[in-house]
Amino acid sequence: MKYIDEYRDAIAAEQLAEAIRLITTRSWTIMEVCGGQTHAIVKFGIDELLPKDVTLVHGPGCPVCVTPLELIDKAIHIASQPGVIFCSFGDMLRVPGSKTDLLAVKALGGDIRIVYSPLDAVKVARENPEKHIVFFAVGFETTAPANAMAVFQAHREGLNNFSLLVSHVLVPPAMKAILSSPENRVDGFLAAGHVCTIMGCAEYEPIAKKYQVPIIVTGFEPVDILQGIYLCIQQLEKKRAEVENQYTRAVRSEGNASAQRLIHEVFCVIPRKWRGIGEIPQSGFGLSEKYANFDAERRFDVTNCSAEESSECISGLILQGIQNPKNCSAFGTRCTPEHPLGATMVSNEGACAAYYRYRREKA
Amino acid sequence: MTPNLTSSCPIPINEYPNVLLAHGGGGRLMNALIEKMFAAAFDNPFLRQRHDAAVLPCNGQRMAFTTDSYVVKPLFFPGGDIGTLAVNGTVNDLAMCGARPLWLSVAFILEEGLPMEMLWRIVHSMQQAAAVAGVQIVAGDTKVVDKGKGDGLFINTSGIGMMEHGLSIAPQSVRPGDVVLINGDVGRHGMAIMSVREGLEFESTIESDCAPLADVVQMLLDSDVEIHCLRDLTRGGLSSALNEIAETAQVQIDIDENAVSVCEEVRGACEILGFDPFYVANEGRFIAFVPERDLDRALAVMNLQSLAFTGSVIGSVSAGSPGLVTMKSKIGARRILDMLSGEQLPRIC
Repeated sequence: MKYIDEYRDAIAAEQLAEAIRLITTRSWTIMEVCGGQTHAIVKFGIDELLPKDVTLVHGPGCPVCVTPLELIDKAIHIASQPGVIFCSFGDMLRVPGSKTDLLAVKALGGDIRIVYSPLDAVKVARENPEKHIVFFAVGFETTAPANAMAVFQAHREGLNNFSLLVSHVLVPPAMKAILSSPENRVDGFLAAGHVCTIMGCAEYEPIAKKYQVPIIVTGFEPVDILQGIYLCIQQLEKKRAEVENQYTRAVRSEGNASAQRLIHEVFCVIPRKWRGIGEIPQSGFGLSEKYANFDAERRFDVTNCSAEESSECISGLILQGIQNPKNCSAFGTRCTPEHPLGATMVSNEGACAAYYRYRREKA
Repeated sequence: MTPNLTSSCPIPINEYPNVLLAHGGGGRLMNALIEKMFAAAFDNPFLRQRHDAAVLPCNGQRMAFTTDSYVVKPLFFPGGDIGTLAVNGTVNDLAMCGARPLWLSVAFILEEGLPMEMLWRIVHSMQQAAAVAGVQIVAGDTKVVDKGKGDGLFINTSGIGMMEHGLSIAPQSVRPGDVVLINGDVGRHGMAIMSVREGLEFESTIESDCAPLADVVQMLLDSDVEIHCLRDLTRGGLSSALNEIAETAQVQIDIDENAVSVCEEVRGACEILGFDPFYVANEGRFIAFVPERDLDRALAVMNLQSLAFTGSVIGSVSAGSPGLVTMKSKIGARRILDMLSGEQLPRIC
């Protein structure tokens, strides 16, 4: 079994789409949380296979998109310092800050390096003792264990020239914030598969119960997403509100215990600001006191970074599933991947980028 | 008449005040730089052809002339090195106009400290590649730059070829109703480079598809296939080539994802890194636009055993929306196959 082939099979997809059509008797709105799922939906045209009664809205599951503007500005400030090697995942380099972005800083001579793993950044720190290496630790719970391991290793080796600029956010508080909003119209969720690979499914059960919404832990291939939608609608039609695991090949209900232990060793839960949404209590990770010396915000003076958002950008409403990118007056005109006004157009997982790449019609 | 020379920069300073890596990525940003700055400043009818090589009049015949620079890192990769690229890349640009490649120039920019042994390996590769492609290297230049200023070695090759047929093989010749052919699977070269650069190892080594294309083009011409357009799939991959042609020819191109072959190793590597194989560089692949009536003949040539290619149909041209490229996805829905914006960046999670 190769998984990519089976879960992109056209016949299986059509059969699931037909099954969804057969069981849907009324209108339902389903939110997929993860940006990777958003892209798969738009790229493979999954929403076009669904009956008109089923509306898919896109959630705030793109960690690049929800990283606050001030943090981008802090990253730019740090990366511009002499003697700093700034390491990051690729997507962050294109996100516009208040005035510029990390790619432009790189073009002007900032030592900014794309890495695939935070452990590569630790390696750079080992190999460059005269420089200070900062890793931009962005992500949901999925990337937290690797980032925790990087700090854990650096601490164990006594590396003094390594720190993290942390921008970790958590899925369950975001879901609760969306469900608590008076504008909420979401009936059911597709939860982020890889987040649950780490954290398991247990923390979604109180949410399903309190807000009476089905939550289906779902994968990322077209057949995964269609199966997730099917299971969600099946529950909705029967007035059930439970957590169900579609992505069993990668998710166990207890999650990955060693990863969780490492996360809790290195990080603690703190309030975090979400770009476009605002501050959500207990919604992110920060470095625990024991590892405070690895916090780049403490190592560098970044207190003067204040930020102003573009007044035209509606990515906040998009991230909450209240608006669709196509409703934005700047979409495709003043806001494009080359000249993004907000992060949802920049990131590979942003909803606006997905619609722009796969759906907008050329004039 | 004095040309109307403007001295103000065509790319507004509040857009991109400095050159970015993305300006070399083969996608939208690079095309904008070429159009707004270079092509606008140097404008003339030959440049306006916007094809892989310029087609120039020469004593009653047509000559093709092209240039390319090679800055690849690492210098050596499975399936080739910067030397093989430097010869085949320029040979292929000439072949894409339907010219028979004849002569190349080579300019080396060497970084101080480059081991002679390494330089010899590359020169030897070029010698072999030139012999296989049937071209002679007839002029050259050598420069050395300070250590730290050159990434080991940069190579520029320029090439001249002669057209031995009467066709106009260019985007402007593409017509609604044409079929789009390809000579094999996509994504090998870019992922071969990526694997070495990032130290990734897969079950089987991904090898670059670097190869000369002049012979297969010559055979298509000898078989009287009415070739309308050819384009080799380098930076920006299959998708960029399709978009550039759709835009220049002002046609719509529709392709079928199921018809484009991607080998398992490349697929696996792309999945891990979050790359789309349709945007990954190739060095031995081209697309051909031919009228439907010549489809069978063209495929017969492209599938000749002696050539070691696998020709197939991947799509067709329609009058639809000018400049639009669409793709029928694996699960049957149709979506836009867009031009790449900057560089492809690896996935986060």
